[in-house]
Amino acid sequence: MTSSALDKRSSLRVRKGPLFYLKRDWLLYLLLLPGVAYFILFKYLPIFGIIISFQNYKPFFGVSGIFTSEWFGLYWFRRFMSSYYFWRLMRNTFLLSFYSLLWSFPSAILLALLINELQNKHFKKLVQTISYLPHFLSIVIIAGIIRSLLSTDGGLFNTIIVLFGGQPIYFLGAPQYFRTIYVVSGVWQSIGWNTIIYLAAIAGVDGSLYEAAELDGAGVFRKMWHVTLPGILPVISLQLILNVGNLLNVGYEKVLLLYNDAILETADVIGTYVYREGLQNQSYSYSTAVGLFTSVLAMVMVLGSNAICKRLGQEGIW
Amino acid sequence: MAKKNRKIASRGYRAFRVCNVIIMILLMVVILVPILSVVVNSFVSAAEIARRGVFILWPEEIDIGSYQYLWECRGNILRAYGNTLFRTVVGTALSLIVTAMMAYSLSKKYLKGRVVINGMVFFTMLFGGGLIPTYMVVKMFGLIDSLWSMVIPGMVSAWNMFIMRNFFYSIPESLEEAALIDGANQAQIMIRVTLPLSKAVLATIGLFYAVGHWNSWFDAMLYINTSTKLPMQNILRNIINSVSDLEALGSEQFELMDVKPASTSLRCAVIVITATPIIVVYPFVQKYFVKGVMIGSVKG
Repeated sequence: MTSSALDKRSSLRVRKGPLFYLKRDWLLYLLLLPGVAYFILFKYLPIFGIIISFQNYKPFFGVSGIFTSEWFGLYWFRRFMSSYYFWRLMRNTFLLSFYSLLWSFPSAILLALLINELQNKHFKKLVQTISYLPHFLSIVIIAGIIRSLLSTDGGLFNTIIVLFGGQPIYFLGAPQYFRTIYVVSGVWQSIGWNTIIYLAAIAGVDGSLYEAAELDGAGVFRKMWHVTLPGILPVISLQLILNVGNLLNVGYEKVLLLYNDAILETADVIGTYVYREGLQNQSYSYSTAVGLFTSVLAMVMVLGSNAICKRLGQEGIW
Repeated sequence: MAKKNRKIASRGYRAFRVCNVIIMILLMVVILVPILSVVVNSFVSAAEIARRGVFILWPEEIDIGSYQYLWECRGNILRAYGNTLFRTVVGTALSLIVTAMMAYSLSKKYLKGRVVINGMVFFTMLFGGGLIPTYMVVKMFGLIDSLWSMVIPGMVSAWNMFIMRNFFYSIPESLEEAALIDGANQAQIMIRVTLPLSKAVLATIGLFYAVGHWNSWFDAMLYINTSTKLPMQNILRNIINSVSDLEALGSEQFELMDVKPASTSLRCAVIVITATPIIVVYPFVQKYFVKGVMIGSVKG
């Protein structure tokens, strides 16, 4: 092994066969083995399993059924796209993400700007610690808190409504409220956490620019607008593009925990539909086809947004 | 004139600072009130809620009935916590070891085939088999209804692996070469040289995995059928859902907890006992998470 550092250099000149490298770096390959096995078995085997979306596969066929099932071509995709649910699911998925982005995104930047202006170090630390806290609570706990705040027997919001002489509303049973509940709770949970990246970017803005702006008589808002924001614009645009790329990857776990049959009209998203069709209705092929359709669309959006990043001279995420 | 301008600006600035502090205090109130209201509600008796019929920020009397009830069925709660602890401890250890081994190998630029494996791992960040095919694979390996189904199917996160690999890149190669000359092999170098220099990133990634395990519920809902094997998060979910009559997600019921419909205060008490551990450790782990976000935001 002592010679491998030397081999590394000489190998630049002399080409060696794969056996040579396997022998030289066998320990590294051994270290790699469990991870690679994991990715093949639990990531690539499921990708292979996608072929059931082109078949008429039934759960009771077992695993070997994948090789014997009848081929159905694009039947399930056509069925999904012509179904009553197609546009509703696309609309709900897109709108939930879009409204979340619309509110979460600017609010985090604004909060970062304000936190940055705090002079007292301890107070700043306190604000950060408290605002990051909801990020660490599980989505089940968040859903529990939402349900308890909205409940008709003693929930905060209904209490306020009753205090002002109104009738209690069963918020989670009325479709028109779901998007607001989803978006507001999302902002509540993530606003603090999302500031981290902007605060780091703000810390990197050249201090002499602030001094120059001060000499020119700029106040606090002008400094924010003309110095801080342009300084962190690359980070903002990168975050925005990445978020747009992820519009279809809506966090459906929260939807699953909050929705019910009465509000499917606005709450049902692709993720929850895939879950219901697949595991509750046991339509494996159909569910997988719906999932594949969305994954491909989502992947195109992520790749597209990354390409835009690069086109704009940003680094992109890879 | 200039002096006057500065005076006005500073007065405006002072007003801004005061407003800013007020906004921050409001923000903290908005963030804390929902959490506190759950804590308070867990100490209010069902009778008091029924009588006052309102959201209670300060109960007339502190009632620990819900906690007493939870204490009565502590066997179930403790078992659920045991399951959560199992997946957190074993899952985190396993994930961290496999991730570190993989990241270390892939950080060696002279390793043949690393480009292919990098690409293979990266692709899984963009595209996956989806719910049903993954479920079928888990079933094929006989993991359904086993505690291992919460540990193995999500063992390595590509994102965490790349963060760690990038950290290993930053360790100077000269250190490794010195150890090579001393006669150490690659595994020894990893254990004796690289890992001791990487405590910060190991702690960060370990905590990512640990909090992820502690908080996750979806995999257990998919793969676990026996209620005694469910982790705490799933118990909480079942209790919360048991009161909402409109809920039609009857895929799995936790028999004992459903005996009596959970009251508001019981629901809140379960939320409290589920959330407490994470809130207690949160102040200590926060800085590692912030660090992780910073590392992750640097180009991967």
